Amino acid sequence: MPLAKRIIPCLDVDQGRVVKGVQFVDIRDAGDPVEVSRRYNEQGADEITFLDITASHEDRATTVHTVEKIAAEVFIPLTVGGGIRELADIRKMLNAGADKVSINSAAVKEPEFVKAAADKFGAQCIVVAIDAKCVSAEGETPRWEIFTHGGRKSTGIDAVEWAVRMTDYGAGEILLTSMDRDGTKNGFDLGVTRAISEAVPVPVIASGGVGNLQHLVDGVIKGGADAVLAASIFHFGEYSVPQAKEFMRERGIEVRL
Amino acid sequence: MSKQRIAVIDYGMGNLHSAASALRHVAPDAEVLVTADKAAIASADRVVFPGVGAIRDCVGEIRRLGFDKAVAQEMESGKPVLCICIGMQALMQRSEENGGVDCLGHFQGSVEFFSSNPQFQAARDEGSSSGEHLKVPHMGWNQVQHAIDHPLWQGIENGGRFYFVHSYYVQPQDESLVAGRAHYGIDFCVALAQKNVFAAQFHPEKSHSNGLQLLSNFVRWNGQF
Repeated sequence: MPLAKRIIPCLDVDQGRVVKGVQFVDIRDAGDPVEVSRRYNEQGADEITFLDITASHEDRATTVHTVEKIAAEVFIPLTVGGGIRELADIRKMLNAGADKVSINSAAVKEPEFVKAAADKFGAQCIVVAIDAKCVSAEGETPRWEIFTHGGRKSTGIDAVEWAVRMTDYGAGEILLTSMDRDGTKNGFDLGVTRAISEAVPVPVIASGGVGNLQHLVDGVIKGGADAVLAASIFHFGEYSVPQAKEFMRERGIEVRL
Repeated sequence: MSKQRIAVIDYGMGNLHSAASALRHVAPDAEVLVTADKAAIASADRVVFPGVGAIRDCVGEIRRLGFDKAVAQEMESGKPVLCICIGMQALMQRSEENGGVDCLGHFQGSVEFFSSNPQFQAARDEGSSSGEHLKVPHMGWNQVQHAIDHPLWQGIENGGRFYFVHSYYVQPQDESLVAGRAHYGIDFCVALAQKNVFAAQFHPEKSHSNGLQLLSNFVRWNGQF
């Protein structure tokens, strides 16, 4: 199987700085997004994801400018998310040098937006981000629902059904974050990763909870993910991207070295 | 030596920034123009014909703005021309995307959907039982096998990885045009070469060191092989 599984460092950016929150609350500074991107590019990351977590409130001009700077020197794919609400937002980010945009709340508010976006720009650049939380009680069949606004707002929508619907509407990729695991370092929620990965025909990026390299392996082998996303293990220098790839390769996973 | 000029054809379909940045990176002394000005394109030393998005809109815009003729002229001119992704697909006669779209017809052959190919379907179904998923779009880093010796492959390992993101692939009638192949459930054509034209399904501007090497070869290529 020659297609490599991807390792994607994720930059959560707040007012021009890379930050990492534990379950989206406690924020820790992790540097300048352009410098951080440059480092991951040099390390051999397969893509970079840039999530503007202040996008709902702040001026987006800063983000566009930062994306332009990253795109000018990082020659791997770049996904930009956070506050993408209109076709004009997508156009702006693609023109700034993003290869894909990630749509989250706007898809929940208006699912047809995903259809319009995929129709206009092609499915390959439309990522739908899903923030899922387990809502079943212990002992019940596991069930996950989607949450918006950084995990604060429940929608009552089943996460697996939603993922399928979004791919029917033209999403070219699903970025799945477990809100139960995000920032905990306890590993991905493999149940929801596997459920969605098997249900949709497009690639799935697993996100939320990576604390060590075995978690990345589990995401691919047990969760069936096509790509694994992590932030803090890379930002704070616990592991490098080459270390992660070597670890995965030794366990039989095809990676780009 | 006078400063060489590289024109990236801008027909309003977004993300030309990446291609231009990568070209500037490998040719810091060149003038890289992202332009819709046909005179500037005609006077450039080399031309890049990129493309992203859905084929119907791309070909629609190319025709509406008269770039079908401009691209034909550049291909005829003998100067090096590099077509990327949808830019490559647009050169074929017809694409299966968007319910069927007539393309520019520079090369005989079609653009097909992975999921419509019976051999791909069989590989995907077989894969599902073993836990291996063949997802569409074909997205990520795949190995590219050189089908021919070409100046643009110089310094790039045969089987080196490039970044792909596409759901449709090019099937030329003339096998001798194929410059590179990859495997994803099926063997398919990922690069075409004819005289001064090189076309790639993958994105060299997003393919890290292999991609930069290919672009670096392109900006030094005399258009012959």
